[in-house]
Amino acid sequence: MTTTASPAESTGAQGAPGTTAQRMSPGGNPMGFGRMLRKEDARFLRGQGHYLDDITMPGMLHAAILRSPFAHARIRSIDTSEAEAHPNVRAVITGATLEGLKLAWMPTLSMDVQAVLATDKVRFQGQEVAFVVADDKYAARDALELIDVDYEELPPVVDARRALDPDAPVIRDDIEGKTDNHIFDWEAGDSVLTDQVFAAADVVVTQDLLYPRVHPAPMETCGSIASMDKVTGKLTVYSTTQAPHAHRTVYALVAGIPEHKIQIISPDIGGGFGGKVGIYPGYVLAVVGSIVTGKPVKWVEDRSENLMSTAFARDYHMKGEIAATRDGKITGLRVDVLADHGAFNGTAQPTKFPAGFFHIFTGSYDLQAAHCKVTGVYTNKAPGGVAYACSFRVTEAVYLVERMVDLLAGELGMDPAELRMKNLIRPEQFPYTTKTGWEYDSGDYPRALQKAMEIAGYDELRREQAEKRERGEYMGIGLSFFTEGVGAGPRKHMDILGLGMADGCELRVHPTGKAQLRLSVQTQGQGHETTFAQIVAHEVGIPPEDIEVIHGDTDNTPFGLGTYGSRSTPVSGAAAAVVSRRVRDKARLIAAAALECSPDDLEWEQGRWQVKGDPEKGKTIAEIAMLSHGNLELPEGVEGHLDASVVYDPPNLTYPFGAYICVVDVDPGTGQVKVRRFIALDDCGPRINPMIVEGQVHGGLADGVGMALMQAIAFDPDGNNLGGSFMDYLLPTALECPSWETGETVTPSPHHPLGVKGVGESATVGSPPAVVNAVMDALAPFGVKHADMPLTPAQVWRAIQGRPMRTDLAVT
Amino acid sequence: MQVTITVNGQAVTREIEPRQLLVHFVRDDLGLTGTHWGCDTTQCGTCVLWLDGVPVKSCTVLTAMADGHEVRTVEDLEQDGRLDPVQQGFMNEHGLQCGFCTPGMMMTARWLLDHNPDPDESTIREAISGQLCRCTGYENIVRAVRWAARHEAEAREPEPAAAAGVAGVPAQSAPTGAGEAEGATA
Ligand code: FES
Ligand code: FES
Repeated sequence: MTTTASPAESTGAQGAPGTTAQRMSPGGNPMGFGRMLRKEDARFLRGQGHYLDDITMPGMLHAAILRSPFAHARIRSIDTSEAEAHPNVRAVITGATLEGLKLAWMPTLSMDVQAVLATDKVRFQGQEVAFVVADDKYAARDALELIDVDYEELPPVVDARRALDPDAPVIRDDIEGKTDNHIFDWEAGDSVLTDQVFAAADVVVTQDLLYPRVHPAPMETCGSIASMDKVTGKLTVYSTTQAPHAHRTVYALVAGIPEHKIQIISPDIGGGFGGKVGIYPGYVLAVVGSIVTGKPVKWVEDRSENLMSTAFARDYHMKGEIAATRDGKITGLRVDVLADHGAFNGTAQPTKFPAGFFHIFTGSYDLQAAHCKVTGVYTNKAPGGVAYACSFRVTEAVYLVERMVDLLAGELGMDPAELRMKNLIRPEQFPYTTKTGWEYDSGDYPRALQKAMEIAGYDELRREQAEKRERGEYMGIGLSFFTEGVGAGPRKHMDILGLGMADGCELRVHPTGKAQLRLSVQTQGQGHETTFAQIVAHEVGIPPEDIEVIHGDTDNTPFGLGTYGSRSTPVSGAAAAVVSRRVRDKARLIAAAALECSPDDLEWEQGRWQVKGDPEKGKTIAEIAMLSHGNLELPEGVEGHLDASVVYDPPNLTYPFGAYICVVDVDPGTGQVKVRRFIALDDCGPRINPMIVEGQVHGGLADGVGMALMQAIAFDPDGNNLGGSFMDYLLPTALECPSWETGETVTPSPHHPLGVKGVGESATVGSPPAVVNAVMDALAPFGVKHADMPLTPAQVWRAIQGRPMRTDLAVT
Repeated sequence: MQVTITVNGQAVTREIEPRQLLVHFVRDDLGLTGTHWGCDTTQCGTCVLWLDGVPVKSCTVLTAMADGHEVRTVEDLEQDGRLDPVQQGFMNEHGLQCGFCTPGMMMTARWLLDHNPDPDESTIREAISGQLCRCTGYENIVRAVRWAARHEAEAREPEPAAAAGVAGVPAQSAPTGAGEAEGATA
């Protein structure tokens, strides 16, 4: 079931002249926006994708990493002699080797440092201790068994809520003068005003909420192939990275290799979801391995390594408070967060924002005051923070506000839809500045909620629920309304490691009118090769099948910060539009020279420049491309060829939003939750390729169901990771997912050249609270107000018994 | 040890380590990298191929166990330059994003349709429930299999308008073909 906005709405701010009726290309594709089958599918369907582990290089060696079995231990000694004696082993590298090369520590994306290989202590289970390079991967694994490490076990810090206790063991004694496990305090909003609003409120609801640690677990794990050419000094790295250019700069900084001698190639990526943004020790070790052996070295982690050592997400312990009047006007929101960042602060986020964009936590509501405080702590867990389709912690923010609003509805005895409708920011309030400083660009929230409720048949669902309750059946209906801030971001506010978050883009139109678009962002399944060709087709009138999108190779693409935080379309999509318009403007000058008229006499129509009032006279882009490369005399100041480049600095984030409704049935005997229906209405502005957008939403919804009901990585009191394989870390299959029902409204962004907003993470961000709200709604007859995710059968059953558990710790 | 395995219709003989997994043999020894791997515990299904006509997780089969048997991989789905209807269905219904789970999903789907030409939604979901996809939320995979079932049924009882979808689309033109013509959403 899909509702579609009227054409008038959806063409609102596409910006290009000549966007009249949809034209089709000779290849049968839309000349611009519209459903288009994906170009990249041709290779994937035939098993001809080129993922990291599919790549081999002549003479390539294989590596494996020895990891710590302990969460916290001092390394007394490491004996590698037996491993080195293995006939197929070419090198064994330890922290001591790296110390000699000054490579034992590397900077993280949050200005902390992380051990590449442990030298003094291990600080989480799964931490990198030694690196073996061998002739084949079986031999490399064999040799790990031959390394003897003598550990002295230390007491670990497992419970984040005890990390700041005065007697807590100090994890980061490598940092000079460090006497506790505190990383940062950060706050936003007006605490004084918020206190006043709370003091004056009729109703205040308080709730502790945990967003547990989760892992994005893309189907392809992380890996790298490094090849150092000793003669030329050139380092080539194939790597599973969402941000190849940023990685190049970091390698230069870490390894001291001149940046012009480093080429990062990000091949086809088997899913990223944020987990492939950071630089992992294995990547650096592959480089070291290649330098040491003089051969290309491949390192690919297995699934347990992936789940135990790479990018974690969430792990937010939140104390939320919401204030309102008796009749349901929300007046204030306050939250105190304890953020578990693991043993090294490896969070990838804009420098000024150690809690990411969490301070967007007032969500979609117009209220008087808000304040948040976030404290980051070290624990003996894998480094993490942001990562996993979270839009820089908007996920946690949306969960917080959407749970608090539902709890308030329960307290007031109001329908949660009615309470939301009463408090949503009104369309006439945009651009809307929130109490923590965000400027939302555009939105029509009540219309979105209304439409979602119509698709769901909300009133009918409530009637059904009432009838079922009479019969002792537990059905729940959950809502969430989210606003995201995506497309980081304006250079003056946002950088990672000092690199501003602007994106370069180049368009080259060849003499025959075929084109290449070079992007800094890197697809991990989002379909960039198709969507970006559509943007150029839309702006320049070249058929999308005649546009090759080139990405993922730093030697062949302009600099930019990569794909995460739903930023590709908001930032690089805008860059592609602007660079296309530059080409179109230049084409106008060349066409005018060829037609011997003034550029002002030309109009852009159906992909060609033609003389106003004399449409027979005109030039197509292909004709102009040939002219630009020929010997036509060009006007003063116009250079030959038809190329352009741009660096796009977004003026603001874009703010997609949506209204989600989840319907569940709960079996109180077993605690089993069945998601019966899920209705997702998304507004991400005009949709360049609606098929791809819907696919992005579907994937995020499955993530939301997974996080709400199944996925969490807990730790036992010794710091053992209890989610280290797919036997323990449960991901949703086709059986847990319902058939998704989607809808849309279209509110263009006023500042994006195409009016579009990002969408890649909307559903991951927006869906978990809808599922949890639905389960809590189902359990209301038992007096249950809250239980933390994941709402596994055990957790639901315990909630019904009145004793929900902490899902971050092992239950004994 | 030496094994002889018929892979995609061709007998191949190789010297292997007895402990080698079939997924590594297919990928590393034969270079058929369309079959992927994604876990250590037989959960993800990215490694699914056919052993003697039955989908198996090739990470859980030793190469030695396949000695004298027949293996079919994703590379064999396209025949004579024509995509299998399952491949066309995945493209037309956007049943893949990153493409990593796709070969395994398609091998299971092909087997399902060979044994049940008209599976309903829940049968399809059950059939792929041993395989994970992190991108699509499964909806479009289900639609893709339904697309293939529909078009195969039409090809069996040709109606003038519909038969072209399966037999008539040359593989090369398919990726940029017109979406709306063939890909009505379910
Ligand atoms: S590799 Fe995961 S099931 Fe075979
Ligand atoms: S398409 Fe990416 S895992 Fe299925």
